[in-house]
Amino acid sequence: MSTAIFDFTRTRIGRMLAAVALVLALAIAVGPLAARQVVAPAPVAAQTGPASANEVATAAARTTPGARPAQAELAEGSTGAAAAGSAAYTPMKPTPGIGMPVDGRLDVQQQFSPTGRYAQKFHVALVWVMVVISVVVLALLLFVMIRFRAKANPVPSRTTHNVGLEVAWTIIPALVLAAIAFPSISLLSQQYRSPPKDAVTIKATGYQWYWGYSYPDNGDFEVISNMLPEGEATRRGEPEHLGVDNRMVVPAGVPIRLQATAADVIHAFAVPSLWFKIDAVPGRLNERLLEIERPGVYYGQCSELCGARHGYMPIVVEALPMAQWRAWVRAQGGTFKDEAAPAAAPSVAPTQDPESAVPNAPGAGAPPVAPATPTPAAS
Amino acid sequence: MATTADTFQAHQEHGRAHHDADHKPGFFARWFMSTNHKDIGTLYLIFAITAGIVGGAISGIMRAELAAPGIQYLGWWVQLMGGEANFDANLHMWNVLITAHGLIMVFFMVMPAMIGGFGNWFVPLMIGAPDMAFPRMNNISFWLTVAGFTSLMLSTFVPGGTGQGAGIGWTAYAPLSTSGSTGPAVDFAIFSLHLAGAGSILGAINFITTIFNMRAPGMTLHKMPLFVWSMLVTAFLLLLALPVLAAAITMLITDRNFGTTFFDAGGGGDPILYQHLFWFFGHPEVYIMILPGFGMVSQIVATFSRKPVFGYLGMAYAMVAIGVVGFVVWAHHMYTVGLDVNTKMYFTAATMVIAVPTGVKIFSWIATMWGGSIEFKSPMVWAIGMIFLFTVGGVTGVYLANGGIDDVVHDTYFVVAHFHYVLSMGAVFSLFAAFYYWFPKMSGRMHSELLSHLHFWVFFVGVNLIFFPMHFLGLQGMPRRYPDYTPAYTEFNHLATVGYMIMAASMAIFFVNVLYALLAGKKAPDNPWGPGATTLEWTLSSPPPYHQFETLPVIEDNKAAHDREHGRPSHA
Ligand SMILES: [Cu+2]
Repeated sequence: MSTAIFDFTRTRIGRMLAAVALVLALAIAVGPLAARQVVAPAPVAAQTGPASANEVATAAARTTPGARPAQAELAEGSTGAAAAGSAAYTPMKPTPGIGMPVDGRLDVQQQFSPTGRYAQKFHVALVWVMVVISVVVLALLLFVMIRFRAKANPVPSRTTHNVGLEVAWTIIPALVLAAIAFPSISLLSQQYRSPPKDAVTIKATGYQWYWGYSYPDNGDFEVISNMLPEGEATRRGEPEHLGVDNRMVVPAGVPIRLQATAADVIHAFAVPSLWFKIDAVPGRLNERLLEIERPGVYYGQCSELCGARHGYMPIVVEALPMAQWRAWVRAQGGTFKDEAAPAAAPSVAPTQDPESAVPNAPGAGAPPVAPATPTPAAS
Repeated sequence: MATTADTFQAHQEHGRAHHDADHKPGFFARWFMSTNHKDIGTLYLIFAITAGIVGGAISGIMRAELAAPGIQYLGWWVQLMGGEANFDANLHMWNVLITAHGLIMVFFMVMPAMIGGFGNWFVPLMIGAPDMAFPRMNNISFWLTVAGFTSLMLSTFVPGGTGQGAGIGWTAYAPLSTSGSTGPAVDFAIFSLHLAGAGSILGAINFITTIFNMRAPGMTLHKMPLFVWSMLVTAFLLLLALPVLAAAITMLITDRNFGTTFFDAGGGGDPILYQHLFWFFGHPEVYIMILPGFGMVSQIVATFSRKPVFGYLGMAYAMVAIGVVGFVVWAHHMYTVGLDVNTKMYFTAATMVIAVPTGVKIFSWIATMWGGSIEFKSPMVWAIGMIFLFTVGGVTGVYLANGGIDDVVHDTYFVVAHFHYVLSMGAVFSLFAAFYYWFPKMSGRMHSELLSHLHFWVFFVGVNLIFFPMHFLGLQGMPRRYPDYTPAYTEFNHLATVGYMIMAASMAIFFVNVLYALLAGKKAPDNPWGPGATTLEWTLSSPPPYHQFETLPVIEDNKAAHDREHGRPSHA
C-alpha cells in the first residue's frame, strides 16, 4: 500500500475533506479581517472606546469641579506642597459602562491596561478560531447527515483508513495550536514583567469578607474596604453590589507593584477591565505589575470561594492623576519618602477596624445587607 | 494488517441454550449481595439516576435563586433543612448547594453511570467474558459508592461553620476546608470522597484485570471495541489519580482534626500544595468522566452509519494519548495562584497539546459517518449532538488553556460554561445516547423513538439556553459561586433560568419514556439496531441470560472470516 502523503486526494472523501481543511485554514486567516467589517457596527461604543473613554474619563475629572476643588487645584498647582488639612476627597463618579459590566454585552469589558489591550486583541483572534472550528465541525456534521442518510446512500462504504487524511487532521490542528502559542507566550511574558524599582507598592489583603489596601511605601496605612449596603450604591451613582465605602486609590499612568495576600482563607483580587486577577493566599505574597492607563473607576469582585459572603466583597480601583493621588495619600495620613512634611489630619480616618464606615455594610461583623430590622454586629 | 473491533465475526452465541443460565437468587441475595455484573450495573444505573435527580434538583434551586439579583429562596431552604435563616446561614446554604451539586454530579452521577453502570454491563459482554474478574469486589465497589453518597447527604444536616453543611466547593480548597470551616460537616463530606474513591479504585482494578485476562479467544487488544478501550484507559486514570486525591483529603482531615499543618502556612505548610495535589487528581478526573463517553459515541456512530469506526487504531491510541498527557497539565486550573512564569508557559503549551488527539477523535467520528448509510435512531441523534456540543466545549478549552487569557475569565462563568459544555453536554449526551442504545438490551423492552427524539430536542434547546449565555456572563466578569450579583448580569442569568425549566421539562419526557418502555414497550429483539451493530452484546438475547458465555465465543480475524465465506479452509 502506498503511503504517499497526498494519496488521500485520489479518493472522493479525501478530496472533500482536503477542501474543507483548506476552507478552515482560509477562514482562520480571513476571519479576523471579516470580523472588523461585519461585527464592527454592533459594539461601536466599545470599538471606539480608547478615544472616547479617554475623553469621558478626563471630562469626568474636569467637569466635577464642585466635587473636587482641592484636587483640581493640586493637579495644576505645586505637586510638592503638602495638602491642606481640609482637602476633602470625594470619590470619583464612575462612567456608565466603563470599568464595569454591562447587561447583555457579549464580549470582555473594555480594557484600560497595556497588557489588557494586548490580551483583548489576542482574545478576539481566539474567538474567531473558536467560531470557525465550531462552524466547520457543524457544517461537516450537517453535510454527512444529509448526504449520507440511509435514503440517499443505502449502501455504506467500508472505508476505514486514509493515512494522508489522518496525518492531515493531526498536523493541521497542531499548526493552528502552534500559531496560538506564540502570542500566548508573549502575553505571559508581558504580564510577568517585573515592576521597576520606583513603582508604587500597594498591598491588597483579603479578609473574610472585605478588602484591606495598604501602602507600605507611604507610611503603611491601611484602607479597609467594605461593600456598600443595598441601595446606598445606587444613591451614590455606583453599580449596585459593586460599590464600596473606601476604594483602593492608585495613581494612573505609572507602574504599580500590586501585592496580594490574605489573612484567613484564599481570596482573589480581580478587576476584569484591567485583565488582572491574582489569588490572595494566606502566608504568601503574590506580586504582579499593574498599569492603569487613565484615570477612572474600575470595578472587580473577589474571585476565589472564601466562605459565606464570598459574593459580598467587591473591589473598586480608583485611578487618579499622580498629583491628586499624592494628595489623597497625604489626606490619609500617608507620607512620601521624597518629602519630609508629614500630612495633616486625614479626611477619611485610616482604620484597621473591619467595621464599615457605612452603616449596614455587609462586611465582617456587620449585619446583613439592608435588613428590615437592623441587628447588632455579631463581632 | 490491523483488524478492527467492529469487523470481527463472532460465532453464534450459545448462552441461550443453557438450562441453568437463568437461575437467579432470591430478591435480597440478588440485589444486596449481588456478584452478577449485569445486576451490579443495573444497581449503579439506578443509583446514578437517583443521585442525578438530587443533583439536578439542586441546580434547579440554584437557577431559581440566580434568576434575579438579590437573595430570594436561600432562607427558605435553610429553614427546610432545619437551620435558622440569617444572612450568613443563607449564603452558607448557597455554598452547600454548589458543593453538593458538584460532588454529586461528578462522583455519584457521571462516574457511577459511565463506569459502574454501562462499564459493568457491557465490558464483559463486549469482550466475551462471563462476568467481571472479581465479582465480590464489584459488589463492594457499589456499596462503598452508596455509603459515600450517604455520608455526603449526612453532611448537610450537621454544622459546617457559618451554617449547616459543607460549603467548601467541590474542590475543597484549604484553608477554607480546614481552619475556614468548623463543625463536622466538612469531615463528613471529605469522608464521602474517601468512600467513593475507594469504591472507584477497586472498580478500576476490576476492569483492568477483566480486560487484560478475560477476553474471549481471538479478541486481541487491537480487536477490542472502542468502548472497552475507553474503559481500560479510564480505569488506569482512576487507579493512578484517585490515590493522590485520597492522600490530599486525608491531609485535610488531619489538618482539621489532628493538628497537622500540611496546608497551613503558619505551621510551615502551603495552601497551594493542596491545589497541586487536588488537580493532579482533578484533571485526569475530567477525562475519567468523558473518555467512556468517547467510547460510547464511537460504538453508536459506527452502528448507525453501518460502517466500521474510521481509524480504529488512531481512535484507541488517541484515548491513550489523552490519558497520558492528561496527567501533566493539572496546573492550568491554578493559573492565578501565583505560578512562576515558566511554569505557566509550560502548562499553557502542554494543555493545548491535548487538543490534537481530541481533534483526531472528532474528525474520525465524522469520517466514520462519511460514506455511511446513516439512520437517525435515538442513540444516533444524541451521539451527533454530543459531537457538536463537545466540540464547542473543546474550543473554549483551548481558549482557557492560554495562561495569559485565563486572567480575565478564571473563576468566572466562562469556566462554568466551558466545563458544562464538556460534561453536561459531552458526558451527559453520551450517557443518554448510551442509555437509548443499550436500554433495549438491558431491559428487553423498546423505548419510544418519538419520545426519545422529543427528549433530545427539548434537552438540546434547554441546556444550550442554560449554558451558552454563561460564556457572555463570564467574559463580562461575573465570578462563579455567587448567589447574588450586580444588576448588569440579570439578562443572561434570567435566560439561563428559562433554559433550566426547558431542560427540566425534557427530563419529564425521559422518565415518561422509561416508564412507557418498562410497562408497555414492545419486546426488544436480540439486535434492534440492524447490521451496523456488530459487537458481541447483540449476539445475546435481550435481556441477556443471567450468566452468558459459559462457552466462550471465538473471535476470528477478518482474513479467516473472509476465507470461510469463500469456502477456503480457515487457519484460525
Ligand atoms: Cu473573598
